[in-house]
Amino acid sequence: MKIQTAFLGEIEIHDSQTIYFEHGLPGFEEEQKFALIPLEDDAVYQVLQSVNNAQIAFVTVNPFVFTNYNFDLDESTVHSLSITSNEDIAILTIVTVKEPFSESTLNLKAPIVINMKLKKAKQTIIEKSDFPLRHPISQGKG
Amino acid sequence: MLILTRKIGESIWINDEIEIIISEVKGDQVKIGINAPRTMEILRGELRTEVSNENTEALTSKLPNFK
Repeated sequence: MKIQTAFLGEIEIHDSQTIYFEHGLPGFEEEQKFALIPLEDDAVYQVLQSVNNAQIAFVTVNPFVFTNYNFDLDESTVHSLSITSNEDIAILTIVTVKEPFSESTLNLKAPIVINMKLKKAKQTIIEKSDFPLRHPISQGKG
Repeated sequence: MLILTRKIGESIWINDEIEIIISEVKGDQVKIGINAPRTMEILRGELRTEVSNENTEALTSKLPNFK
């Protein structure tokens, strides 16, 4: 399937690359279908691109590369994504990109949880935590 | 929007699953108790708004220079 993207032009994606957000993301409730597009030179970063709306794209990252990060998945997320095994889960964090890039921040408060087996995803909000909405990307592991 | 008037100790049921109880009213603060299945997500509104605002700010229109 060919889709229009925010910064990679028109690209070909496979069905296996698409993930489904039943209720969209906060602020983008209408956007349900996204493609995960790895950025060629850097396996750490991926673009989360809306399939139906080229303008809607986020840079995401594997947060564990940058920070010591762990949390308990709440039951509502486990239930809504039909998660049955830890091995099916992938976690991504949205990067709020700044110029220069070293001033960008990671949203550790609201990670994206993906059931890779069923391709179902949700941006979950970890209410009982001190995880910041804006964790400096340059801070690294701390 | 449905608006209901309740007194302390009174409650509202949503379907057969969710009970919302007005537990205390003090000045401009209201304490609310919620009985709901653990599979339901319950969030304070301002937290969702913060995440929504941050998502909007994170929308990216050009590929960053990862340096």
